[in-house]
Amino acid sequence: MMILSKPNSGAHIGANRSVRQIMWQVILALSPATVFGLWCFGWPALNLFIITVTSALFFEAFCIRLQGRAAKPVLMDGSALLTGWLLAMTLPPWAPWWIGVVGSGLAIILGKQVYGGLGQNLFNPAMLARVALLISFPIEMTTWANVSPLFFSHSPGLAESWHITFSGLDNLDAYTGATTLGYIKTEFSQNRVLADIMQDYSPILSFIGWSRGSLGEASTLLLALGGIWLIRAKIITWHIPVALLATVTVLASIFHLADSQHYISPFVHLNSGAMMCVAFFIATDYVTSPNTATGQLVFGAGCGLLIFVIRTWGAYPEGAGFAVLLMNSATPLIDHYIRPRIYGRDRKGKPLEIPKP
Amino acid sequence: MYVLYAIVSLTLLGLVLGLALGIAGKYLKVESSPLVDELEAMLPGSQCGQCGFLGCRPAAEALAEGNAPATICPPGGSTLAEQIAALLGLDLDLSAVKEPELLVARVSEATCTGCTRCFKVCPTDAIVGAPKQIHAVVADACIGCKKCVEVCPTECLQMHPIEITLRNWRWAKPTINPAGNALC
Amino acid sequence: MLSFFTKARIRGGVHAEEHKAITATQAIVTGFPLPKTLYIPLQQHVGKPAEPLIRVGEQVLKGQLLAYSQGLISAPVHAPSSGVILDVNDYPAPHPSALPIRMIVLETDGKDQWLELPAVADPFQLAPEDISLRVGAAGIVGLGGATFPTAVKLNMGRENHIDTLIINGAECEPYLSCDDRLMQERSDQIIDGVRLMLHGMETGQAIVAIEDNKPQAFNAMLASAQAYPKITVIQIPTRYPMGWDRQLIGYVTGREVPVGSRSSEVGVTIHNVGTAYATHKAIRYGQPLVSRVLTVSGGAVGRPMNVEVPLGTLISEVFDFCGVDARQTARIIMGGPMMGDALPHTGLPTVKATSGLLALTASELKDTDEQPCIRCASCVSVCPAGLRPLDMANNIRVNQLDAAVDIGLKDCISCGCCSYICPSNIPLVQYFKYASGEVAARQQAQHKSEQTKRLMEARNTRLERIAEKQREEEQARIAAKLERERLKAEQEASV
Repeated sequence: MMILSKPNSGAHIGANRSVRQIMWQVILALSPATVFGLWCFGWPALNLFIITVTSALFFEAFCIRLQGRAAKPVLMDGSALLTGWLLAMTLPPWAPWWIGVVGSGLAIILGKQVYGGLGQNLFNPAMLARVALLISFPIEMTTWANVSPLFFSHSPGLAESWHITFSGLDNLDAYTGATTLGYIKTEFSQNRVLADIMQDYSPILSFIGWSRGSLGEASTLLLALGGIWLIRAKIITWHIPVALLATVTVLASIFHLADSQHYISPFVHLNSGAMMCVAFFIATDYVTSPNTATGQLVFGAGCGLLIFVIRTWGAYPEGAGFAVLLMNSATPLIDHYIRPRIYGRDRKGKPLEIPKP
Repeated sequence: MYVLYAIVSLTLLGLVLGLALGIAGKYLKVESSPLVDELEAMLPGSQCGQCGFLGCRPAAEALAEGNAPATICPPGGSTLAEQIAALLGLDLDLSAVKEPELLVARVSEATCTGCTRCFKVCPTDAIVGAPKQIHAVVADACIGCKKCVEVCPTECLQMHPIEITLRNWRWAKPTINPAGNALC
Repeated sequence: MLSFFTKARIRGGVHAEEHKAITATQAIVTGFPLPKTLYIPLQQHVGKPAEPLIRVGEQVLKGQLLAYSQGLISAPVHAPSSGVILDVNDYPAPHPSALPIRMIVLETDGKDQWLELPAVADPFQLAPEDISLRVGAAGIVGLGGATFPTAVKLNMGRENHIDTLIINGAECEPYLSCDDRLMQERSDQIIDGVRLMLHGMETGQAIVAIEDNKPQAFNAMLASAQAYPKITVIQIPTRYPMGWDRQLIGYVTGREVPVGSRSSEVGVTIHNVGTAYATHKAIRYGQPLVSRVLTVSGGAVGRPMNVEVPLGTLISEVFDFCGVDARQTARIIMGGPMMGDALPHTGLPTVKATSGLLALTASELKDTDEQPCIRCASCVSVCPAGLRPLDMANNIRVNQLDAAVDIGLKDCISCGCCSYICPSNIPLVQYFKYASGEVAARQQAQHKSEQTKRLMEARNTRLERIAEKQREEEQARIAAKLERERLKAEQEASV
């Protein structure tokens, strides 16, 4: 006779997927775009990336230690790594080191741990940090380096990169410029029309990521591929990305058709800024997005609408961060009103009527 | 000048409203607090004294005055504690309160003399029997007040924990692992 | 395109690794050695326990009635073999707690001698009521695991004039393949049982639904059912919990059973294939339910198989027969790995509900290292009942049971999909089982406190009445005394 332990309830078997695996798969999906972006912007970008991710891990460990718990198992779940990674992807690649450290601190401490840690936060930590940085340090957060790939002659070398990251850039104008969206916004304010503004714009280069911006804004192609892989791997569902992208496309098409000189085309919208990164990686964050498929459609559409509104009429050229944060705050409301119908009950929770024969 | 007007008008407003409140408080005063009655109605009413008060009425008064915790009544259990907390608007953390082990009296048949003292004191008539015959406790009606134990001359009445059978066995609440990945 | 907007035919569900092939490809083993002692619980069904009518020391034959059903919903218990009654007492039940339950202990004599059984030549001449009576007398209960007395269901079907009988051959639980084998090997008998059920319920059509991962069972059943136009055999998608009656009814007929109603109220009754087989044996040969086919499987089992065992056989004997390695066994499960119960030890008997006995190794089990919920909502999307397990568990964790009830705790069917899929290894189903038990306990406590109050009031009024009476008597006594004194005084005065 065998004697075994205390009562355990079913299910006794489980799907082969843990929190750690999910986090690592998201990171894997991000890595092609990350690697390409790091190559495009060279050593300074790599410095900032490493600083941001390391400090995110440090702040997470610090908070866990404050709670008197062992930090290692919590760090191993990969969530802090992912937060740091996503934050690094939204920063200007040549930003000074302290931007990364402050951003990680904001993301991990203010964005996540004060709410109670993993799964408890209301806002996406990476977006919270990015928006806080953007408002606090507008100069550093809008200084966009030119594409200067590793091992190219005009690109900064390793030693120079240390100087850029830790002491700042000496000759700003030679190495930096505006992002596509920023440029358009500035030119609109000079009363120029799109046909003039977009003369130098190359959709192909922007598509593969050969343009100014953060790592998460650079390569539309690689980010979209990573996102589609995540959907195929069933880490995320199609609802949020499709609803978000479709909303932006539809709105942009309508306005562009109505006035093609003052409203940028849907292709430029989809192809620029953090559109793909937000649609596939940020807005789909489990913790801060709704639970039901319908709720996710509403959430995605809301994000799309806000991005379009902020980009078109707002003060900032890119509105993805704000849009996601605003919709994050609406998530509890969406979850409250949009819930699945319980079997055998109507939407209000009353038992169904027995159909009369 | 504006400042003066503002100060005067606000002061007047405050005085008038304060006066109105004061008058209302004096003339519309409720004599006996209905809260105590409401609380007393919720309590079991068996005057068993397990709470440390002399009966349910004093316990209800203590609750109304905030001198007793919502978990005061052992026979009422967590259900009653929740109801009281809801009525008084208290925050109740039941996880911090250890559910008291419910006991019921049982008659030891070897030593019972049939003296009937116990069923005279039983507040819920949970003890059955007749003079010179062995008594028995109806476990479903026993509230564990121990009054019978005190009067039993032969100590044949003892408190026992309620026996766990397949009928009242329940799944335990999952314990969160000690590694501390708890959601707090 | 319109169909996109109509109700989905399958809600939620998961597809777990099946582990069925190893037992589904071998014939049912029938040569199980007769155990020396059988432990037969008096309650192997939903409802009231049966009442024993034999005495300790009595000789019984195989199939003899040991305990009769009492009450409307109950089932009798029969002797699984011939021998002597050793005891009628409390023994550990096949339940996660292994708490004692009343059992009849039978010492077998090795002869396995049947009682003389009343065979019926043409059961279709019997009245429909007679079919249910005989099924009830044979102690047949739902063998899919629900163990609801079959006769009661047949009666309800007849009274509600149901139009469709669904035969559940889904067997959606991983590891289990006893229904699959039964359909492959004994399809004629099952179809005969289905015809008898149709006759007993006076129902026009039967649909046998088999998951599409059992093509051989499907073909066998199709061939056997060919001659009977009333019976259709269909394939259904393989997806747990397809065998949940409501899910199956929804998929096969498109009807939804309202909360608080029985499926017969929407014109459907559902029976398991094993039940149909038992019905065949009970009506054709008069054999009561004394044995069943069950799957023995899992990583720690040396010879996994489907085996027919007498009811009341101890699990330890079944495990010995199948070569279970005790050192490798991390958990013993009765039933399937999704909804089955983990048992604390093997000294427990097999019962009518035992569709499988699993000895799983640690590597087969779900990780128990619980992590924080990341709100991935996988549990919401797999829940076949349309609940939000994550919100319910959060409420229960902080003891807000009422809030959990408000968002659907009572509609949970404990299918285990949420626990299965959860990447944070949160024991969701256990939270719900705990909360359901706690809610029931609180209702009982509430009931008890009301009862206490009533008893108190009754006692107080009684004590008052007695006091009043005593007072009246006292007053009467005083009055009488005064009267006497007055009379005395009068007498004295007159003298």
